[in-house]
Amino acid sequence: MTAVVPARTPEQEFQDRIDADDRVEPRDWMPDGYRRTLVRQIAQHAHSEIIGMQPEGNWITRAPSLRRKVILVAKVQDEAGHGLYLYGAAETLGADRDELLDMLHTGRQKYSTIFNYPTTSWADVAAIGWLVDGAAIMNQVPLTRCSYGPYARAMTRVCKEESFHQRQGFEAMMTLCHGTATQKRMAQDALDRWWWPSLMMFGPNDDASPHSAQSMAWGIKRFSNDELRQRFVDATVPQAQFLGLTVPDPDLRWDGKHWISGAIDWTEFQTVMRGDGPCNRERLRHRVAAHEDGAWVREAAAAYADKHR
Amino acid sequence: MTAVQTDTDTAVYALRLGDDALVLAQRLCEWAARAPQLEEDVALLNLALDLLGQARSLLTRAGELAGPDPNGTVRTEDDLAYLRDEPEFCNALLMEVQSGDFGRTMARQLLVSAWQVPLWTALAASADEGIAGVAGKAVKEAAYHLDHARSWVLRLGDGTAESHRRLQQGLDDVWPYAAELFERDALLDRLVERGVAADPALLEPQWRATVQAVLAEATLTVPETTWRPTGGRRGQHLTGFGYLLAELQHLHRSHPGATW
Amino acid sequence: MSQPLWEVFVRSRRGLSHTHVGSLRAPDAHMALRHARDVYTRRQEGVSIWVVPAAEVVASSPDEKDAFFDPAGDKPYRHPTFYTVPDEVQHL
Repeated sequence: MTAVVPARTPEQEFQDRIDADDRVEPRDWMPDGYRRTLVRQIAQHAHSEIIGMQPEGNWITRAPSLRRKVILVAKVQDEAGHGLYLYGAAETLGADRDELLDMLHTGRQKYSTIFNYPTTSWADVAAIGWLVDGAAIMNQVPLTRCSYGPYARAMTRVCKEESFHQRQGFEAMMTLCHGTATQKRMAQDALDRWWWPSLMMFGPNDDASPHSAQSMAWGIKRFSNDELRQRFVDATVPQAQFLGLTVPDPDLRWDGKHWISGAIDWTEFQTVMRGDGPCNRERLRHRVAAHEDGAWVREAAAAYADKHR
Repeated sequence: MTAVQTDTDTAVYALRLGDDALVLAQRLCEWAARAPQLEEDVALLNLALDLLGQARSLLTRAGELAGPDPNGTVRTEDDLAYLRDEPEFCNALLMEVQSGDFGRTMARQLLVSAWQVPLWTALAASADEGIAGVAGKAVKEAAYHLDHARSWVLRLGDGTAESHRRLQQGLDDVWPYAAELFERDALLDRLVERGVAADPALLEPQWRATVQAVLAEATLTVPETTWRPTGGRRGQHLTGFGYLLAELQHLHRSHPGATW
Repeated sequence: MSQPLWEVFVRSRRGLSHTHVGSLRAPDAHMALRHARDVYTRRQEGVSIWVVPAAEVVASSPDEKDAFFDPAGDKPYRHPTFYTVPDEVQHL
């Protein structure tokens, strides 16, 4: 008998595939850690989309023109759709949507802390589109090349649809900035409140981000938190200047190549993350109430399907 | 753009249809982020978007047909949506009844959409080209809305004991308001004569046949009542309507003359 | 109790095949089709939709990948480029 070349282990084959920039598909062998990391990340992302419907949904019935109303409805609707695409991607990994929702409802899985801030004026709707969606897109575009196929495909769809979200936000902001003195004050006030939370959306600084290296090696993450944050600041500061607004950062400076922001107050981030932000409880309560109020409808649909099978 | 010939009667008719769409859309928008499941969030907002699109076209048409005010200004969709007071709104009461639970919302939608399908079908041939244009598109939207409402009424009516009870209750709540859809007044007499408006008498049999078929299949009872609340077309609204308008209009009115 | 999972396929325009676009949850086929329309064709992405119960999809296993797909690898004679034809011969 001739010697048989030892087969590569599943682990090696998996990493080979990642290193070759090939995609992992649902039924491929994958390390448990990879699967767990993805389920957690995709679920949090999905939760963020559906919780994110609330702060803006809050203004749908009050939108100041019919044009703005349809734009906002379409946007909030997209967020539901994006949540759906993402739950679908998580389900290809063996997760179950109801179980994921249960994790959200019982606080065992998180959503983006940004949605725990209140939307106290119409300008907040504009600022969310411009800043929060702007930051989200910065984060999401690299995910269209994520190593896990279904997640990458869902993100491609999300990014394609989301490009209008940021533009409508900037346009609404611009209209306010060219409007009455009161409208301009609303715009500045919204920027003041949303700027820092938007920067925090990129996550902890690289030296305080323990899981990043593994996610990079697995091809889930392509750029570090600080890299993406820097891109966002570089892109957004000139936009604020164009609007004639002041970025609420006295230490912000141009170093010849980049806009360098002052230090981020991470204690605030931690507070909101822990659940003590202005709206954490309210957001979750609203979400759980919607789910519980709808239980009889879902049960009826299941009963009907059984009867008419 | 050629100036639109002023036509007060048709303007009021366009305003009625536009108010119907706007007010029902506003009620559906209240469901944002609280539907029974995520897929239904998307579906309900689709209905709202269709209705808002109809409302915008119809209010714009109403403004054009009403002609310029003494200052020479033609009222826009936003002027009409945001700057009229309660007695000036002429939507049917059925559009404004509170959404209640999902069962009542779907019962209301069934009664409205079963009326809108024959309505828009008839109006696609309206002598007013503006209204006919809206109708050509709206008829497809209404058919989809009707199918959506029908799908849910069947599932809730013939689902569990609880869903049957809730839906029957919701249906009983909204049913009396449907009669107003088929009222005829002097304005409609004139416009039906001119081929602008749909004749309510011709819409009712189709509405009744559609609704009764769905309710029978859903194992629901057609409510019996002699109470026929009315007044919406004349600006007499339900108690909740002032609050609906307050929410709709307050931001716009807080900044007179501002652009958004 | 999760509702059944459905895979959604959309024909983006006439002349093209249906392509898998994602999944959704629905109690039955009728609602699955309606939801697919609302969720996956909001921007006129489709002219026709299929929904298929995810549980009914029979898939090849990645473990059998070699047995399934490698045997086709050494049969280049199935491709037109396998054959040599003199330059002066046209329309082949």
